[in-house]
Amino acid sequence: MHELAVTESILSIALKHARQANASRVTDIYIVLGQLSTIVDDSVQFYWDMISEGTLCSDAELHFQRTPAKLLCLDCATEYTLDTDLTACPNCHNAHVKVVSGEEFFLDSIAIEKDTE
Amino acid sequence: MSSMRVPIIEKILDANDQVAAMNQQLLTSKKVYSINLMASPGAGKTSLILETIRVLREFSSKDACFLSLLRIGVIEGDTAPVTIDADKVLAVGMPAVQINTGGNCHLDAIMVRQGMEKLPLDQLDLVIVENVGNLVCPAAFKLGTHANVLIASIPEGDDKPYKYPNIYRNLDVLIVNKIDLLPYIPFDMDYFRQGVEILNPGLLTFPVSAKTGEGIHAWVSWLTQRVRDLKKNDR
Repeated sequence: MHELAVTESILSIALKHARQANASRVTDIYIVLGQLSTIVDDSVQFYWDMISEGTLCSDAELHFQRTPAKLLCLDCATEYTLDTDLTACPNCHNAHVKVVSGEEFFLDSIAIEKDTE
Repeated sequence: MSSMRVPIIEKILDANDQVAAMNQQLLTSKKVYSINLMASPGAGKTSLILETIRVLREFSSKDACFLSLLRIGVIEGDTAPVTIDADKVLAVGMPAVQINTGGNCHLDAIMVRQGMEKLPLDQLDLVIVENVGNLVCPAAFKLGTHANVLIASIPEGDDKPYKYPNIYRNLDVLIVNKIDLLPYIPFDMDYFRQGVEILNPGLLTFPVSAKTGEGIHAWVSWLTQRVRDLKKNDR
């Protein structure tokens, strides 16, 4: 449900950088989304189509790159990747773990078109 | 017409995080400790706040040193334009501000900022932010409070850490409420704790009943210690 706020934020960051680069149109938006992030990309797309209308970003395509969740076992220092479920350390089976990556959520880049003089 | 790729690498919730950092700066400079109290609807957020206020008063009646710690302000977040929770806090004589999120599922740093501006911060020692009842969205938005606290209540079931992992991951304190219902409800405490442990190893946990008062003293002692630590800290 909080995807509207998130989508507004994506639009405002993209527009800021598009204007700085003197873009005439934004064609693509590249977003990096960690596996542990709670964002639903379908919902972002849904809001995107509504709120980007009439802006430089209208009709820009959203691309989501999912990064896997990596955990570090604090007992035996094994680093492992999560599939879907939460799992304890595959080496020592302890649950004393730390998230190394998988929570990231950032706007990586945009593709723009510029009018050439 | 030419095409090009513009590199950005900007956190999408950066604007929220920046306001959150400002919130914490303001609270710390005024030496006001603050917590973000999260839980599902009906877990007992408002009841715990009221019980916390009651026990703090009890402490202060026995120990004059506690008098200065009694000043609590509450920011209540709700999705509907009601003041039920704020009214309950006002009724026991504490300043409370109701924030209507306008249907939004969580509080964000800007809403908390607006709430803080309506509270007499100079006269407070502790601000409790009662987030919207929800185990998903509040986890994604930093508010700038000093600690994230979650209430899990027994009737919700022992599988909640497995189903809502993100909220457990960024917690400083877990309160397990309604332990008076343990004899009546199937709740496997070991299974629950295992789920919590994998998400947040060694998480400080207070089993309580806001109804009977069991366990509340330990929680309130921890909270008052944090308030004192912030006051002592001269930075």
